[in-house]
Amino acid sequence: MAGITLKGLQKSYGTAQVIKGVDIEIEDGEFVVFVGPSGCGKSTLLRMIAGLEDITAGDLSIGGRVVNDLSPKDRGVAMVFQSYAIFPHMSVRENVAFGLTIAGASKAEKAEKVAEAARILQMEHLLDRRPSQLSGGQRQRVAIGRAIVRNPQVFLFDEPLSNLDAALRMDMRLEIGKLHQQLGATMIYVTHDQVEAMTLADKIVVLKDGMVQQIGAPMELYHNPANLFVAGFLGSPAMNFLDVDVVAVNGSKVLVQNAVLKPVEITAKVGGFTQGGKAKLGLRPQYLSPVESGGMLYGRIALTERLGSETVVDLTLNDGNRLIAALARDAVFPIGADLGLTFDATQAHIFPL
Amino acid sequence: MAQISQDNRGLRLVVRYAVLCLIAAIFSFPLIFMIVSSLKPSSQLLADAHSFRALLPVGDISLQNYFDAFKRAPVALFIFNSVLVTGVTVVASLALCSAAAFAFTFVMWKGRDLALTVILATLIVPFETIAIPLLLEASKLPWIGAGGITWGWLNSYRVQIVPFIADGLTIYLFVQYFKDLPGELIEAARVEGASWFAIYRRVVMPLSGPVLATAAILKFLVMYNQYLWPIMVTQEEQYRPVMVGLQYFFQLNRAWGEIMAYLSLITVPVLAFYLYLQKAFIASIASTGVKG
Ligand SMILES: Nc1ncnc2c1ncn2[C@@H]1O[C@H](COP(=O)(O)OP(=O)(O)O)[C@@H](O)[C@H]1O
Ligand SMILES: [Mg+2]
Repeated sequence: MAGITLKGLQKSYGTAQVIKGVDIEIEDGEFVVFVGPSGCGKSTLLRMIAGLEDITAGDLSIGGRVVNDLSPKDRGVAMVFQSYAIFPHMSVRENVAFGLTIAGASKAEKAEKVAEAARILQMEHLLDRRPSQLSGGQRQRVAIGRAIVRNPQVFLFDEPLSNLDAALRMDMRLEIGKLHQQLGATMIYVTHDQVEAMTLADKIVVLKDGMVQQIGAPMELYHNPANLFVAGFLGSPAMNFLDVDVVAVNGSKVLVQNAVLKPVEITAKVGGFTQGGKAKLGLRPQYLSPVESGGMLYGRIALTERLGSETVVDLTLNDGNRLIAALARDAVFPIGADLGLTFDATQAHIFPL
Repeated sequence: MAQISQDNRGLRLVVRYAVLCLIAAIFSFPLIFMIVSSLKPSSQLLADAHSFRALLPVGDISLQNYFDAFKRAPVALFIFNSVLVTGVTVVASLALCSAAAFAFTFVMWKGRDLALTVILATLIVPFETIAIPLLLEASKLPWIGAGGITWGWLNSYRVQIVPFIADGLTIYLFVQYFKDLPGELIEAARVEGASWFAIYRRVVMPLSGPVLATAAILKFLVMYNQYLWPIMVTQEEQYRPVMVGLQYFFQLNRAWGEIMAYLSLITVPVLAFYLYLQKAFIASIASTGVKG
């Protein structure tokens, strides 16, 4: 069993603190995605779990055992790097078998396990090639193959898809998801791409500046973001935020309005509102819909993008702020026209300022 | 337009080859002169030296100088000694210095940077300044041989080998090369369970062809051209290398033909080694593709 526990984990380079006390509980067999903007410390955290970076403070346990002082080879983890890190002087076969060779496995055992990994990853035809003869996607497979032959309990992925083109990225994403189901191992996957996080994760850990912002299932974070950052980070196009005045507070019900928004009552998921104070109202573009009359918001259409499945409309509100709406199907709106929008107040988010 | 640029390119190519040929001629001139002269009797050699005949194997051509050189000095022994001392030193030096550089580049340990700085500082110390203290030290070192413990390393192969195995320049070359290797390769190997030694042997060394060749050439040249140190530490002919052997030909009756024959003989191993390594050098860059 290889659950992983991070308790008060910290990392400093000299005086610069990069990881500022991180607590995460990862169940055995779970697919956890660390997501956050570039530079927030995702890779550092993953490398601390792998044993490639020292832990400045806190405890890291894998399978119930504190492993702070164990070297990478004793932690029972496999890692797939962003650059793939395939050994250029070895054939694909030798690359995939590397961990087994190091462990002193027999020829027969190596052949069997390499064949098995190649079958799972559909790369039997590549085994005798040199890495220089492989495309990016094929290198990615080799790197994953090298990770799975040793049958590790924990897989670590550091932005494994970021060097692939968009179409391939989607294929590999699906394959990694499938791989997780097949192997049932614990996987930690680092990405800055919220789409990868939403689609792959059992559990998402949102990081910012070396601190955990929120942990939860993808849909839980999507529907109940704990703060402005999480609300703005997950979802595409990103959530709209409007500055609003708090007119009245009644338990979790908050009545807000501003110059372009008619008074509306929102059920807040977080506290800290005061009557007469300021707040941010968060509206997902997907939950805005156009109306003929009686709209809650009015704006002028500045730009439209027709994607087929939806049409993204960029509006300029009467107070000058921007608002993005993602409207169903292939709706056609003339640029420069006025558009009235309404939204479902139960799908709106409100955060105190 | 296209025609003109085509002609231009052709002309540029001609000029480039002409320049390269000229440079090649300038550099090969002494070599040709040496080999041609080694085939001529001394009197003709000196007479030809003032004309282009110096570069042509014409006149009284024979291998007599070579026979005479072997009679005058134990040429084969000198070449054997040099090749042995140089070969052992080069191999041992590459192994030791690459391992040291590996520890300086990839392994974290207390005092690492300071130790490397000290080693690099030795680069600016000329050998001549430490030759005498080193001689005194070498004359007192113990050695365990067939006849029990003996003291003093003078008159031996080891005194010509051991002091040159560890050297700052070679370590520096390896450190510089290792720093440019992709760090994730080493990390991947660590996660895959490799020990430091396994990483050194299975990942880093196989990718180090170019720096191994470079370091080997530099070390070879230094060792093969050793003169001062062997003169100081070997009184007996038995252990002397080629450069010291040159003395035999600069005694009272100076025979230039024999000198040229001797020089030709001792140059051959250098050229052979150099050409071999150059091939290996290019091949290793082409096959590993770590650089560029
Ligand atoms: N070796 C290092 N020395 C100093 N600072 C570092 C080092 N490695 C990473 N950092 C810093 O730590 C922060 C987090 O880096 P990283 O974990 O790579 O971010 P991410 O993977 O989320 O993009 C960055 O601000 C980076 O500059
Ligand atoms: Mg990163």
